[in-house]
Amino acid sequence: MSEKNEKKFTTISIPTALAEKIKKRIEGTGFHSLSSYVTYVLRELLASMEEEGAGEALTKEEEEKIKERLRALGYLD
Amino acid sequence: MSKPHGGKLINRCVFRDVDLNDANVVRVNADRAEDIENIAHGVFSPLEGFLCRNDLESVLDDKRLDNDIPWTIPILLDLDEKELAGAKEGDTIFLTHENGMVSEMEIEEIYTIDKKKVAEKVYGTTDPSHPGVSMTFNMKDLIIGGRITLLKEGKKPFDEFLLWPKETRILFREKGWKEVVAFQTRNPPHIGHEYVQKTALTFVDGLFINPLIGRKKKGDFRDDVILKAYETLIQNYYPQDRAVLSILCTSMKYAGPREAIHHAIMRKNFGCTHFIVGRDHAGVGNFYPPYAAHEIFREFPDLGIKPVFFRSFFYCKKCGGVVNEKICPHRGDDIINFSGTAIRKMLKNGEVPPPTMMRKEVAETILQFDRMFVE
Ligand SMILES: [Zn+2]
Repeated sequence: MSEKNEKKFTTISIPTALAEKIKKRIEGTGFHSLSSYVTYVLRELLASMEEEGAGEALTKEEEEKIKERLRALGYLD
Repeated sequence: MSKPHGGKLINRCVFRDVDLNDANVVRVNADRAEDIENIAHGVFSPLEGFLCRNDLESVLDDKRLDNDIPWTIPILLDLDEKELAGAKEGDTIFLTHENGMVSEMEIEEIYTIDKKKVAEKVYGTTDPSHPGVSMTFNMKDLIIGGRITLLKEGKKPFDEFLLWPKETRILFREKGWKEVVAFQTRNPPHIGHEYVQKTALTFVDGLFINPLIGRKKKGDFRDDVILKAYETLIQNYYPQDRAVLSILCTSMKYAGPREAIHHAIMRKNFGCTHFIVGRDHAGVGNFYPPYAAHEIFREFPDLGIKPVFFRSFFYCKKCGGVVNEKICPHRGDDIINFSGTAIRKMLKNGEVPPPTMMRKEVAETILQFDRMFVE
């Protein structure tokens, strides 16, 4: 288990001065460590960079078939 | 519209006929059959199958899949030795259900779990009186991980209300809805529900009312009652171009906060941008603090769907309307809470609850049913 957990983390380097600033910043917040804060911020940042959209391509026929069903069920006019 | 969870809407449907005569066939129960269809149709995106061990461990310990994507509820296939009938890792088996569903599964991993740990992590308790815990303890001993392919859909009740994510995504787009708020429910609507939904809808383009249909507890409202009640409410009290009613076939796990995240992820896959989280969301008994399901969202800056938190609405005699504790200073005898239990009792006795509790049309619709509750 512990070996497995070690594999799940990696070390990154940030300037010590920045680390100190962050440590001060997270005092009294819900973040228990510098690492958990940096992880949070990076996850947030990456997610914010994702574009909107369907993330899939349907063919014209597939789309028409779906619209037909939606009309038949009364969801679309 | 939200991007599907994990970036891509999963489609594991490859409809075709298959000769099952010499095949390794396992009949699965209704819950597993629903899981299979939800995976195949992308409701559980990014899952392509039942969880393998590394994903399960990660979901239990970190509330994320092994690839760091948020995921809180284990989607597991449990079989016993006999059902597996000698199938090994690398083999293909067929999973079927009595409703006609046929699917194929590539067995990637066969493993066992520590049921106590699973219960403790997912439900926060090992108390067997918790329905999710007892479900976990009753699981069969072998857990089978691997990708599935849906070959034939099963017949489902109320399929005229059943929309899949690829359909709702087109529907929302055609309606011109950019921001859509989802409402999860397992009850017919009282006035409190209506105010929550309309308050949220005020700030977005559309409302997606998405009742959970599936295995229920004795005494719960029947699915047909819930659907008819909502139809009546929408017809009489909602702008027709602003609300969509469609069902989601999956069972309640009663996992409280973890299930709130799961409910949000599924609605993100339907294209919703916002998700309403109320008091004691997906809770049961007194197992979770009333707003634990609000707190947990803080752990997920990368969820990709915005929670909309509500405290309970109530009727205030002094304010003369439906309010909540954030906007009304009165308490005690000035307020009347919407008690689901009280409304249920009145309906059971054939009475129409007062209009401050439930719309008359909705109550009358419910009272038309001979059987309102699951027996
Ligand atoms: Zn008041």
